[in-house]
Amino acid sequence: MDALLFMIFAAIAVICGINLVVQTHPISSALSLVGVMGALAALYLLLGGEFIAAAQLVVYAGAIMVLFVFVIMLLNAGTEKKLAIRPWGKYLGAPLLLLFFGMMAYVVQRILPESSPVVFGAFQGGTAAEIGRSLFTVYLLPFEVTSVLILIAILGAIVLARKEVD
Amino acid sequence: MPLGPLPAAVPPSWYLTLSAILFALGVLGFLLRRNIITVFMSIELMLNAVNLSFVTFSYVLKRADGHIFSFFVMVVAAAEAAVGLAIILTVFKNRQTLEIDEVSSLKN
Repeated sequence: MDALLFMIFAAIAVICGINLVVQTHPISSALSLVGVMGALAALYLLLGGEFIAAAQLVVYAGAIMVLFVFVIMLLNAGTEKKLAIRPWGKYLGAPLLLLFFGMMAYVVQRILPESSPVVFGAFQGGTAAEIGRSLFTVYLLPFEVTSVLILIAILGAIVLARKEVD
Repeated sequence: MPLGPLPAAVPPSWYLTLSAILFALGVLGFLLRRNIITVFMSIELMLNAVNLSFVTFSYVLKRADGHIFSFFVMVVAAAEAAVGLAIILTVFKNRQTLEIDEVSSLKN
């Protein structure tokens, strides 16, 4: 059952990811990205990350993607022009990317040769209570710094969107 | 990776391989697409792939730290999206284009 669920959501994530890259209209890409994020939220649940799964849906698929769709609609972004791929990119790009992926997969198989399979419910440390305790004890300073970062980002966004820069 | 009948549960390395696939797709979109918004969304895809790795390692090590890291990544991504989309709005206001190749003031 766990493997079946993994396969289903992994397939959704990969198909939506390919669709994101292939589509030429940004709104199709945005909707594909929402699909990837939803599938990843289900995978987080399988891995025992209740809080992270909820945050993924609320923050990523909810807030950030709405911002993206809003900007796409606001700018009335159309299909992008057919791009001219340089010849070395056409012949070297795919093999290099496959090599990159192969190296990552190889490292993954090396560092986790035979670990116990992922069973739903085997890890209970991802609840909101656990995350909150960790966030306000061990990771208190990074958490507070994060709030400063968010404040700076808000100010920066307002300044950038308001002023005419030339 | 054994092929054949599906086991009852998959090992964590499959999750990490999925993360690698999604990251590679993000790199591909980042390099291939010419629309500045789609390039930005490819970056978000890469961040999501890294988050999946964090949560998987958290499961393997049976500690919640990976979840905290991926929470911080989400916060940084939100800040990045706010500032980045503001920059895109400003670029569009000044140049009336979203093509990444036409915004090349810093070149040469």
